Parts: sequence; structure tokens; C-alpha cells
Amino acid sequence: MGKLIRFLPLILVIALGVVLYRGLSLNPQDMPSALVGKTMPAFTLKTLNNSEKVVTQADLLGDIVLINVWATWCPTCKYEHPYLVDIAKDPKVKLYGLNYKDERAGAQQWLKNYEDPYVFSIFDEEGTLGLDLGVYGAPETFVIDHHGIIRKRFAGAIDTRVWRREFEPLIAQLIEEKKQGN
Amino acid sequence: MRLLSIFIVTLIFSLSANTALASPVDTYEFNDEVTKIRFQALSKELRCPKCQNQNLADSNSPIAADLRRELYELLQQGKADSEIVDFMVDRYGEFVLYRPRVSELTYVLWFGPAVLILLGVFVVIVVVRRKPVDKKTLALSAEQQEKLKNLTNDK
Repeated sequence: MGKLIRFLPLILVIALGVVLYRGLSLNPQDMPSALVGKTMPAFTLKTLNNSEKVVTQADLLGDIVLINVWATWCPTCKYEHPYLVDIAKDPKVKLYGLNYKDERAGAQQWLKNYEDPYVFSIFDEEGTLGLDLGVYGAPETFVIDHHGIIRKRFAGAIDTRVWRREFEPLIAQLIEEKKQGN
Repeated sequence: MRLLSIFIVTLIFSLSANTALASPVDTYEFNDEVTKIRFQALSKELRCPKCQNQNLADSNSPIAADLRRELYELLQQGKADSEIVDFMVDRYGEFVLYRPRVSELTYVLWFGPAVLILLGVFVVIVVVRRKPVDKKTLALSAEQQEKLKNLTNDK
């Protein structure tokens, strides 16, 4: 017992070292969203392509929905764009855009140039919906289930690897939930 | 002497100019002094979600500017400090608070140091109050005395 106590400080230091070492490899940008598990915030905004057409949160209900926050000022959005075009072909999900703090003409041109993967893009010039969603940059992608509950928030670019690792399992789970009717 | 005072004045001006450049300048007008102080206090208390080691007052990033504007508008609407903090936490999570709330998740953070100090005090008390080892037990038994005698005689 006496001998064990002598080693206690060493053991404590090693334990502390292990904890701190683990901390080195954690990504501080990797934050859980405060909104996961909450309902999609209410909004009334126009679409990007039609400044007359008003859309609200009700327009997103019923399907498994992806909301992709994008802008023309965001270089990473350009990187992920081809992957989004691919994802849009997947009938399991509906992909909507949230054009965040952008200019209408430039954003419309972007969709003409690079193909429009979105069912429609919500035009959020002031970033009000972005604020309610806790968006702090672009790109970000939210997964909303068929009840309108936010199930995931992903900050950063989507590519094939990220899609397989981060999104596919959740979407499979959501399809299962929808089938079971809860 | 005159040269020196000019030098000092220039120095002071250049210093103040530097600090003005270093942190963002907003031109918010406040109706009263209290609101202004509350704005300053809250923007120091809230953390910028993008540039994680800066508060809203320090950061130049667009999101920090947006959140300062939101903070200003919430203050103008007459919201209480706690309501404003709740507003930010609802959207950006506990992360935006530089002083985290007391909850199950932060018990270790809040009470850990106090517990460690108490533990240290306890250890010190135990060590100090431990009775000195009895001299009698240190003395050799008759058998051992005999053995020692034999050993020393061997020489």
C-alpha cells in the first residue's frame, strides 16, 4: 500500500498526459449544433430565382431534407458543388439551398454556370435565417427529418468520403424511421 | 524640452491610432450610458463562433459583426441580458459563453479547483498530524542485539 502511494503522483501525471494528448488531436471547430433535435426555425423569405415567390419552413416538410448553406463568396462552396450535383440525383433526399448573405445576380449566374442542384434556393440576403440556424460560415449542411426536426449540422465541404461517413448512415436511419411511421 | 513634448504627443497619438485599427469600430448610437455599457460587457462576454479565441468585441470576422448588430438590436428592443444570452446560446450553443453556465457538464470545471484545494489541505493536515514513529519500536530486540554483537566481534 505504502509503495503504491509513492507511485500515485506518477500515475496521475501519466493520466493527465493521456487526457491532454488526446486533446491535441481534437478539432476545436467540430462543434455540435445547438439546434440538433429542435424544429426548423420559422422563416418567410423569397427564393433566389424568383424574387416574387415566398417560401416558408412549411415548404420543406414531409421529406428527408438537406439544406446546404452556400454563397458565391465562398471558395469551398465551389469545391463541393459537383458533389452536390451528384447528391441531388439521389431520390432519397431533397436538396435545398440557402443562399447566405449573397448578391442575387451573382448567385443566379453561379447556378447557371455550374448547374443548379437545388429544388430551390432560399435567398437570405441579410442572413436572418442563417442566424436562426446558428450558421457562422459557408458551406454548412443541415439534415432535416420528415417531421421538420433538425437532425444534423455539418460545417465544411461535402465530398464523397464525407458523404459516406457523415450522411449516409443518418439518411438510412431516417428512411427506416419514416417507414416505421414514427 | 519642446521637442520632447512633441515626441510624447506623437507617441500617444500613434498608440491610440494603433488600438483603433486593431479592434473593429462600430458606430452604434445608444440612448443611454447604461445600454452602452451593457453592449460592451456582453460583446466581451460572448465568444465569436468562427474565430474561437476572440470575443465579439475583438473580432473582425463578418459573423462577429452580424452578432454585434443583433446584440445591438436586441438591446434596443429592451431585452434583458439573460434573454440575450439565451438567444445566442439557442443558436450557437453553450460554446458562445466565455463563462460557461453551471450544469452537469460543467461541474468539474466549476467545482474541480475547490475540490482539489480541499484535497490538498486534507493531505497536508494528515501529513502534519501523523504521530512521530515510536522510538521503542526502533530499538533492537534482544535477539538482534545479540546478532549485532556477534557481527562486531567477528572483526
